[in-house]
Amino acid sequence: MAESARQLSLQGLWYNNAALVQLLGLCPLLAVSNTAVNALGLGLATIFVLVCSSALVSLVRHQLLPAIRLPVFVLIIAGFTTCVELLLRAYSLELFQALGIFIPLIVTNCTILGRAESFASKNPLGPAILDGLMTGIGFAAVLLVLGLLRELAGTGVVFANMNRLVPFANNEGVVLFTHYKPFLLAILPPGAFLFMGLLIALKNILDKKLASRPQETENVAPGSKRVRPLA
Amino acid sequence: MTDIFLILVGAILVNNFVLTQFLGLCPFMGVSGKVETAVGMSAATIFVLTLASACSYIVYHYLLLPLGLEYLRTISFIVVIAAVVSATEMIMQFTSPFLYRILGIFLPLITSNCAVLGVALLNINQSHTFIESVFYGLGAAVGFSLVLVLFSAMREKLDQCDIPEPFQGPAIAMITAGLMSLTFMGFTGMVQ
Repeated sequence: MAESARQLSLQGLWYNNAALVQLLGLCPLLAVSNTAVNALGLGLATIFVLVCSSALVSLVRHQLLPAIRLPVFVLIIAGFTTCVELLLRAYSLELFQALGIFIPLIVTNCTILGRAESFASKNPLGPAILDGLMTGIGFAAVLLVLGLLRELAGTGVVFANMNRLVPFANNEGVVLFTHYKPFLLAILPPGAFLFMGLLIALKNILDKKLASRPQETENVAPGSKRVRPLA
Repeated sequence: MTDIFLILVGAILVNNFVLTQFLGLCPFMGVSGKVETAVGMSAATIFVLTLASACSYIVYHYLLLPLGLEYLRTISFIVVIAAVVSATEMIMQFTSPFLYRILGIFLPLITSNCAVLGVALLNINQSHTFIESVFYGLGAAVGFSLVLVLFSAMREKLDQCDIPEPFQGPAIAMITAGLMSLTFMGFTGMVQ
């Protein structure tokens, strides 16, 4: 159990990272990563929806007819997304406005439906929650790294407007470079694509380094192998 | 008339859905390997997106608003889109088996294209009228198709290039998309 939990975590966090390897959920990833705070906010919202929907899908998996399972998964995800939308609007209006339509668009984040279909619908509650959590953290981590890099390159400051997320935080952010000439391209849309390309290349380099070390035997839970064929 | 023209140009070039608003990136990366599949996907998307933005306008303004159920819009739009996709699939299968053979495999994929849901939501946020909504949907889909076909042509060329090893595959595709997005920034300010 402990071993398979470790494998599940490694797969979700690194080897089959939803954002870097499978290229799922790219739209929110690129769109809201212009500042670290927005990235963190959407990352947390996505983790919440992913964990809740994985748990619920796993609970109802024996009651579903195969023909209607996908619509049911989508409705479950849409339900939790609406909860997040209402919660954010109630408690953090500024973040809600900054993220805009990307909050409701969590529904169409293919990572969530992918995990529901390929893992949660075949496994009991515990592993399903763990898998959702790890996949979510893997996704949110990439989102946060991309957000940090872009905000730093674009403004020289990180975590500006932090009080959108935590009420008592200061609004100035952490100034890493004073007298910094902003590299505006990083915050503009093209910067998202360029930085993401560099990030994927970096992961490829790291993977090659890791692969040259001795391999351990793989022990994977059913359905945790994820491949996205790039046609 | 000018309004509609401006909405079209705005959606296709200035605020291109893929390159500046980041909607519909999954199919953009997923089916851009070959020009043929990209053209098939484009045709199917243009049809469904235009129809879906009309249907979601009707559902929102004549069903959700009178009942005071605006907060259910995300769920109801997803259902509307799935229904439009299935209906298109069925009608196409019976009336035109030829079209179905070409576009059939792309239709189910469109349900998970966030541009479709995105257009429906943006139509409400920007309080478009019915006609404006339809043309906004059409413009979004044409913009998506334009970029998708251009991008797939470039990726076919890229396959024959000598790319540094870490950049092979998705990484170089991202960089290419970034450069395309940079060119589309040139349209900024053309339409207010």
